[in-house]
Order: sequence, then structure tokens, then C-alpha cells
Amino acid sequence: MEHLEQNLLPPVAEKTTIKIFGVGDAGVKMLAELGTPEFAAAGLVAVNTDPASLQASRAPIKYHIENKLLRGLGSGGDAERSRALAEEQFTALKSECADCTVIFILAGLGGGAGSGISPVLARAARETGALVLALVTMPFESEGNHRGQQAQHSLEHLKAAADGVICLAGDNIFGLVDENTSILEFFNVADRLLLDGLRGIWQLLQRRGIIQVHFGDLCALLRDRHSENCFAFVEASGAARSREVVEKILSHPLLDKGRALADSGGVLINITAGRDLTMAEINRVMTEIKRQCGRAQTIMGAAVDNTLGDRLCVTIIAARPHALPKVEDTARLATPGGRHSISGNSSTLPATPILTGTRPRRPGAKPVQGQLPLNVVSRGRFDKSEPTLHQGEDLDVPTFLRRGVALN
Amino acid sequence: MFNDDNVVVGLEIGTHKICAAVGEMNDDGSVNIIGMGQSKSNGVRKGEICDPEKVEIELRTAMDTAEKMANAELRNVFLGVSGGHVRGFNNRGNHTVLSSEHEISEEDVQDVIRNAKAINLAAEDTVIHAVRQNFYVDGQEYLASPLGICGSQLAVDMHVIHGKATRFQNAIRLVRATQLEVNEIVFNGLASALALLTAEQKEIGALVIDIGAGTTEYVVYADNAIRFSGVLAVGGDHVTNDIAFGVKISLSRAENLKREYGSALVRADAKGQVVNVTSDVGQVIKSVNIEHMQRIMSLRLEELFQIILGDLEKAGLTNYLRAGIFLTGGGSKVPGIEHLAERIFQMNVSHGHAAGIGGITSALDDPQFATALGLVKYGSMKQYQRGARRGLVHRVQDIFGRFWQRD
Repeated sequence: MEHLEQNLLPPVAEKTTIKIFGVGDAGVKMLAELGTPEFAAAGLVAVNTDPASLQASRAPIKYHIENKLLRGLGSGGDAERSRALAEEQFTALKSECADCTVIFILAGLGGGAGSGISPVLARAARETGALVLALVTMPFESEGNHRGQQAQHSLEHLKAAADGVICLAGDNIFGLVDENTSILEFFNVADRLLLDGLRGIWQLLQRRGIIQVHFGDLCALLRDRHSENCFAFVEASGAARSREVVEKILSHPLLDKGRALADSGGVLINITAGRDLTMAEINRVMTEIKRQCGRAQTIMGAAVDNTLGDRLCVTIIAARPHALPKVEDTARLATPGGRHSISGNSSTLPATPILTGTRPRRPGAKPVQGQLPLNVVSRGRFDKSEPTLHQGEDLDVPTFLRRGVALN
Repeated sequence: MFNDDNVVVGLEIGTHKICAAVGEMNDDGSVNIIGMGQSKSNGVRKGEICDPEKVEIELRTAMDTAEKMANAELRNVFLGVSGGHVRGFNNRGNHTVLSSEHEISEEDVQDVIRNAKAINLAAEDTVIHAVRQNFYVDGQEYLASPLGICGSQLAVDMHVIHGKATRFQNAIRLVRATQLEVNEIVFNGLASALALLTAEQKEIGALVIDIGAGTTEYVVYADNAIRFSGVLAVGGDHVTNDIAFGVKISLSRAENLKREYGSALVRADAKGQVVNVTSDVGQVIKSVNIEHMQRIMSLRLEELFQIILGDLEKAGLTNYLRAGIFLTGGGSKVPGIEHLAERIFQMNVSHGHAAGIGGITSALDDPQFATALGLVKYGSMKQYQRGARRGLVHRVQDIFGRFWQRD
């Protein structure tokens, strides 16, 4: 009898295993920041084409993508070349990702390795069944067109391959720092922003909350959206911390000063604080955010962490509404094996349809009914005059056209 | 030279033409047309001025011709206005008679009229006409003034025609720029109805449809008062434009085709008839199927009538038009248009002719002059009323004069 009962109990879910990949020079550098005990449970992997960068890294696993062509000099800023190399090593990358539940990819897009390898790595990781989140930075405008285009192209591919992409445009950071910030500090700010986001999600997954955000919730929010997500991690302390946190969220540059919330399809909020966390605080934060979100689906979590002292931390992930054309989704569903059906060759990825429609609607802009240029009937003599409208019909348009009378 | 007080000028700035009619008023209030001037209009679209500079030049031409023909110096005009923004509606004013005997005094009548004129209009709108319909004393209808009748509740129905003040201002300023003074602005539809309808027709009920080049005005008269008025910014230009679009020729060629082969109904002999459109040097540009062209015209005019019919039905006036429907305006010169209108309205339809105006030659008895003639008639009526009031003073002066003379 006892034996039977034990069998009936579902097996305790394994703790989520997380791997964080730093790809390219920027990614490897960001990885170095993660060498804190907080992230000890995560497997850190450095991936690059440039051996020098890997040598400097203290990541426990280093993965050098190389062949003779590169002669040990890196990819030379050519994303296409590093992409081809990554494709070659696809199976190796895949085995590196095996047995993980969540995989983070940190990269700076625009250069060779980051732009080329990350989409391939994301695809490899997804094929193992993990939830793939990419946290990437975009190059500055001033870095030139080529890098910008390369980054944009890579971002589109990354969006198609990963479950969610959190993208930080370099130019957005200008709003956060003042004129006199040194370049080193500047990049620190950028890295910190991404790492804050990573930390937020990390805490979400690692800590047992009072109101638990399940891994499934995160998946439901991000999986298959293939879109750009916004995230923010803010913290405040003191008596008015809940109000301060809300203010910080609503002025956060990564959330487009709060407008990103209004545009989102789903929002995940995790509130963490010390033992003194009150329900009123949670309530205050949530009402404010809910008001901003409009009709977006919200998932809320709360956790207590004694190490935080009197700090109140809020992590927000806002997923943009589905942006990818349905075609891709249905194609995946139609093939047995679900998501494993994406072929190993990246050239089959539909690059063009992803480009269209992924631009988020400008916040605040009123939706305008578009008109197909094909249907425009010349108003002839009345072109410049006020249209004569009668019960919704423009009487200036010839009657026979409006009534669809064929003249033959 | 005539006495200026007796000269009445009606000016219509139309979409197709600018037309000034000059009338000479007789002592009994009847009017003779003594001059007419017109010029082609190029600066007006759908009844509204869109190129003031062109209009000003054309306006001067028309006025010059009229002055020469009438041999009079023209200073004041009654200006006709129209446009899609002009609307008419009925409004009722109420007033409680407070005098002890409940006898309705002149003050009561003035008050009730003032109440009926107090309309909630948008800020940019202005009233052109407020025409009195019937009085009601305690629910009982009175056609004439209820002065001296006893009753406690006095009501009056008014027909109010209003439009955008700024658009009227544009036209008025333009006329003033040519050193003319505007006596009054008059709704074109009202003017046309005045020109066409006899007193009897106004009594038993009639609809006047004035199809201009840019706009179509329609006015219903019944029981000697305006019951209904409206403007649709659709006219002959639309017919031309439809043809040009449908058979793919230029607007001027479409206009010529319309004049030559146009019909409001597809004629039996038009089946398969093809006309070659030639260029200035005689080269064939295009072969036009007349049947197609007539169908395009028919559809447009049918739609126009149907919209008017819909409006009449909404106002519940279809049973009031015992005198029938009268068509006028340049756009009504399309052959077969009465038959088309008869088919849609299920009523007697005929072309209207200017009535009660003297001195009209056959050249002036053309649908396209109805508005200008009506403006003269309207002006003469107004002038006569004013003259009658002043005439009383004159008469008193005369009597006194004679009195002194006798002394």
C-alpha cells in the first residue's frame, strides 16, 4: 500500500537548470560581471571567435568557434562568416545546451561574433527544448550603417529563433547618463541594465515566492512570441519605497517611460522585498501598473528575501503582442515533433515576413484606417473640394463605380 | 436712368456661370426683367467659391453686361447662396398669452416668433432665412396672423435655413470688393421656388428641384409656406465627371458628349450606338458607346432623385405635393429627366417656368436662369414691403402737403 502511494505522488520537479551564454566580445565581458555567488547555480559559457577575449574570461566553460580560415584573428566583424562557422558547430552547440530548462544568451549585436553566432545558438538551444531568452544590446547610431544593419538583421533572426528577446538600444542609454559620464562608466551602465534584467528573471526562477511565478508562467508569457520584450528591474528603499518604485517604473527608459506597458500583450511583475513587505505595498504597485497596462494579461509574483534589507525590488517583463505572422506558427504545429521541425539550415528561416509588422505601434499614436492604393478612385474635378458625404458614401465618386455596375 | 429704388438685382455666383438679372419694379410690386448679364464661372466648385480672384473678374464681366443691357447703375444686389453646408429644418416656438382677456396682442405674436427663431445652432452657423409657417392657438391651426384671437397658448412653426457663416462671408466680401453692396443673402433653392411656383401651387403643395452644376437644391412648399429645404452638393458637374471617368475622356469632351447625346434614361436607339470623339484636328481619339454613357448618367441622376425622395419620406411630405414636382436648373436640361423623376417619385414631374415675372423673353425662360430670376422676385417683394412701409409716410406727407397747399 505504501509503495503504491509513493508511486502515485508525482516526481518532484527538477530544479530549473539555467545556462548563461555570453556570445562575442560584449557577451563575454558581460559574463564576467556574473561571476558573483548569486549566479553560482548557473552554468556560465563563453562563446567567441576571438581567442584573446576567451583567454581573459573567467567563465568555467569556454567555447571557441574557430576554423583555419580565421587564422586566430576572430571573425573580423563579419557576421556572415561567424554565422557559417556556428552552423558548422551546430551539433556541438546543441549538446552544450542539452538538459537545460532556461538558456540566456548575452550578446552585443553589430559585431561579427555576437550577430552571427547568437541566432544560431538560440536555435540550437530551442531545439533542445529549453526556454531561450536573449538579452542583447544594439550598436549606437554613430557606429555606422553597416553595424546597424548587421545588428538589425541579426535581431530579426534572433527574434525568430529565441522565445523572447530583450533588446537594449545603445542610444536609449543616453537618457540615463549625463554628458560627463566616461566611456567606461557608460558601458558599465549599459551592461548593468541588462544584468539587472537578467538578475530579475534569475531571482524569479530561483526564489520560492509567497505568490509564486511559475516557470510555466514565464514560458506562457514569452514562449513563441518571438518578439522584442521590454523589461525593467527597479528597486527602492525607505518609507515611500512603493511609490518610488512605481515612479521609477513609469520613467524607466527601457519601458519607454511606461508607455511600453500600454502596448504590451502580457506583463509579468515580480515584487521582492525583505520580511517587512506588506500587502498594501504590493497592492499599490500593482494597481498603478495595471492602470498602465490596459488590457494586457498580467502575471504577478511576490517573494521575500531577507538579504534585501529594506529594499523593494520589482522586475517587470512586458511582452509585445504577437508580431510574427501566423504562417510560421502553423507550419511548426503542422509537423510532428513540434518545435523541433525548424531545420538546421538558417537560410530556411523566413527573414522577410519577420521584418514586416514587428515594429511596435508607436505608443500614443491613434490607429488610422489605412487605404490600399489600388482602390483609390480619382475624384476628378472634385479632387480639391470637400467630399460630399451621404450616409457614409462619397457622392463625388461616380455612381456606377459605387454600385459596381459593369459597363459591358 | 431709372430711380434706383425701383431696380432690383439678383446675383447668382454659380458653379457653371455667374448670372446677374436686373428687374424693374412697378408701383404695384410686379417686376419686369430689363437686363441680364452672365459669364462663365471657373472659380466655383460645388456652389462654393474656391478661387476668389477668378470669380471677381468673372463677376465684373457679368455685372458690366447686365448694367449695359439694363442701362442702369447697379449698386445693390440680392446675392444667392448655396453649398453642401446649407441646411433647413422646422422649429416650433411657444408662448403663453398672459393678458387678462387672453386676447393675442401684437407683442404676443412678436414674442412667439422670437422664440421660434431662437435656435440652438453651432457657433459657426448662421441663419439665412426664418420663414413663418403656421400659427397655432391652443392647438388650433391658423394660417394668417392670430392677432385679436383669444387663446392661452400660442405657437408658431418656423422653417429655418442656415449655413456656415464664414462661407457666406467669403461670397459677400467678394461682391463688396467689386463696389457692390449686398442687400441680403438668399438661399438659391428658395429663389428658384419663388420664380417657378404660382400662388396656387404653393398652396396645394409642390416640390422644386433645382439641379445646378455643382449643387442641387430642393424646396417643398405647401399651405403657402416652405415646409422643407435641402441642398445636396451633387449636380451636372458630377454627371460630366462620371462620364469622363467612365468612358475615359477629358472633362470638356465629356461635357460636349453629355450635351449632344446625353439622356437620363437609356434610350432604345442608343443600343450599340458608337460615337467617335475627335481631337481639334479631326483625329479620332476614342470611340464612345452611347449606351454606356447614358447608363452612367441615368445611374447618377437616379441616385440624386432617390436621395431627395428619401429625405422627403423622412419628413413625411410625399403626400403633400399635389401640384407635383418642378425641375429647373441647368442640370435639368437632360432629355428624359422628367420620365426618370416620375418613375422614382411616382408623381407628376414637369419643367418649371418662371411665373409672375414680366419682360421675360423666350431666351430668358431657360431653366438655368430660374435662380437669378427668383432672386429678382425675392428682392422685389422685399423692396415692395419696405416701400409700402415708407409709402405710408409719403402718403401722410402728401396729405399734409395738400393740407398746407390748400391753406
